Amino acid sequence: MATAVTTTTAAKPRKQSRISSSRGDRIFDICNSIFLILLMVITLYPFVNTAAVSFNQASDTIRGGIYLWPRMFTWDNYAYVFKEAGVFHATLISVLRSVIGTVVTVFCSAMVAYTISRQDFVLRKFVTIAFILTMYFNGGLIPNFLLIRELGLLGTFSVYIIPGIIGVFNLIIIRSFIDGLPESILESARIDGAGDFTTFMKIVLPLCVPVLATVALFTAVYQWNSWFDVFLYNSSFQELSTLQYELQKILQNSNASMSARTAGDAFANAGNDAANAVTPMSVRATMTIVASLPIIMVYPFLQKYFVKGMMVGGVKG
Amino acid sequence: MENAQPTTAAKALSGKPAGFFAKLARQRALVLMSVPFIIWLFIFKYLPLWGWTIAFQKFKPAKGFFDQQWVGFEHFAFLFQDERFLRVLRNTLAMSAINLVLGFVTAIVLALLLNEVRQVYFKRVVQTVSYLPHFISWVVAASIVQSTLSPDGIINELLSWLGWVDKGNEILFLGVGEYFWGIFGASSVWKDVGWNTIVYLAAMTMIDPSQYEAAKMDGANRLERIWYVTLPGIKPVVIVLLIMQIGHLLEAGFEPQYLLGNGMNVDYSEVIDIFVLKYGIAQGNFSLSVAAGMFKTVVSFILLFAANHLAKRMGESRLF
Repeated sequence: MATAVTTTTAAKPRKQSRISSSRGDRIFDICNSIFLILLMVITLYPFVNTAAVSFNQASDTIRGGIYLWPRMFTWDNYAYVFKEAGVFHATLISVLRSVIGTVVTVFCSAMVAYTISRQDFVLRKFVTIAFILTMYFNGGLIPNFLLIRELGLLGTFSVYIIPGIIGVFNLIIIRSFIDGLPESILESARIDGAGDFTTFMKIVLPLCVPVLATVALFTAVYQWNSWFDVFLYNSSFQELSTLQYELQKILQNSNASMSARTAGDAFANAGNDAANAVTPMSVRATMTIVASLPIIMVYPFLQKYFVKGMMVGGVKG
Repeated sequence: MENAQPTTAAKALSGKPAGFFAKLARQRALVLMSVPFIIWLFIFKYLPLWGWTIAFQKFKPAKGFFDQQWVGFEHFAFLFQDERFLRVLRNTLAMSAINLVLGFVTAIVLALLLNEVRQVYFKRVVQTVSYLPHFISWVVAASIVQSTLSPDGIINELLSWLGWVDKGNEILFLGVGEYFWGIFGASSVWKDVGWNTIVYLAAMTMIDPSQYEAAKMDGANRLERIWYVTLPGIKPVVIVLLIMQIGHLLEAGFEPQYLLGNGMNVDYSEVIDIFVLKYGIAQGNFSLSVAAGMFKTVVSFILLFAANHLAKRMGESRLF
């Protein structure tokens, strides 16, 4: 089932009959293309503009008129952000939680998925239902917070990893992938005397690489983008802060200052440090780029895996 | 293989403990591979449900469970008289509805337009670009939205270029509460419209090409073919997704509202999750906060089951 679905994403049938393209057809095509190009512009412009601001000299940016490229190119904003604001350390934590979290999640999810794919496993039904039920409810913010506190996970790095070891969604898509593997391969491993763990490690894991890549991708993006757990559990532990949380703090500050000021004197009190090298606006633009850069960089190359995962998860279960 | 499963399940349930445990012992590898995670699941997913008792207590964190004062449904009664909670509920439902309607309409329209693109390469580029914002965090998106809507942002510049807004008199969009739902809707569409087309585009590839040929023979033009062939073709998918979305009616999101919210638009931006966060973590009123969260979970639970059941009755694929 799952494998059948993946092929559909690439499919692009019909539309061969180009012979009779009437005038109405051409007008439609032109309008359609214009609309879609406009859509792309609206989607991309904010990123380009933010990048331009981040590379423009902060004092010059205040004058306005920065659109697609910097007017006075400089690396100062980046230098400031990485030197002064402790962003370097936050980047490290972001990378660490993305890498460790992904490896742990993928491995553990695959392992449990393998056990519930084994039709003769006595606990199969129990394990499956126990996991699936949790899709319908959660304890909520406060009980979860109290639990994390009771477990002594506040102020630790593991609070980024342990609560999310297994996602039910991951479990479902890996299991359906394993279900689609030829039974004969697993059978032959067992005949050769391999135990379940060996079968899993040596046979199932390597065969599951396509689906695991998708799960890994989603998990890595999720980990990289997370800020709420940092805010909730580790906000008073600067050494465990992440990039997204640092950006969130900047955002929150500018929210607060917006409430305080009127529209006219925007950023009048900007650049409070003596050198006046940076402004809140430039710092925010720079942080925005830093926090989204890894995703923007890898995304175009890995896009098809994302879409594949979406289709497998959306249709099968 | 499918046939083997009911028999094992029946055997396991038929109450032969000796056989069950013998089998368990034989499958100890599988047990070791899954039971630790069941314990994890129990601790992290089921144990917090215990915390719901807080909603029925006058909870003092310092006291033990048996020393708490029980107050029954007092907190729930308070919630539904509390003007702030009712406002929060209104905001949640309003933004959820906006998200639902706007999200569906824009995604379907974009999917229809993409489906009409003949140049494969152009189509792929548009798709790649439109999926991108889905993968960036809401923090980044909120930062972008904020600078776009700021007094010196591009929107105000466009408006003043058009002469609709005077220089020095720019609109502080995020400072006007009434604008917030619109801003929320627009940012959500910007972020997810491309991604949401995927499932419709997949459904469109399932439509039999001969239907288009037949429509063409009958003299239908492009728009008519979209209206009479493509749209009916994806109708089942749309209906199922719509029903399932209703199960998430109280899930208006949390991040955009929290990140774009401020003191000036709080009357329109605050949703249940923010209410829970503010009352619980910031003010330490755990009981009221848990009551609000529990209300949301229970209603969502009912909605989700109802939606799932309904979708199943419609003869389409369920949630799982």
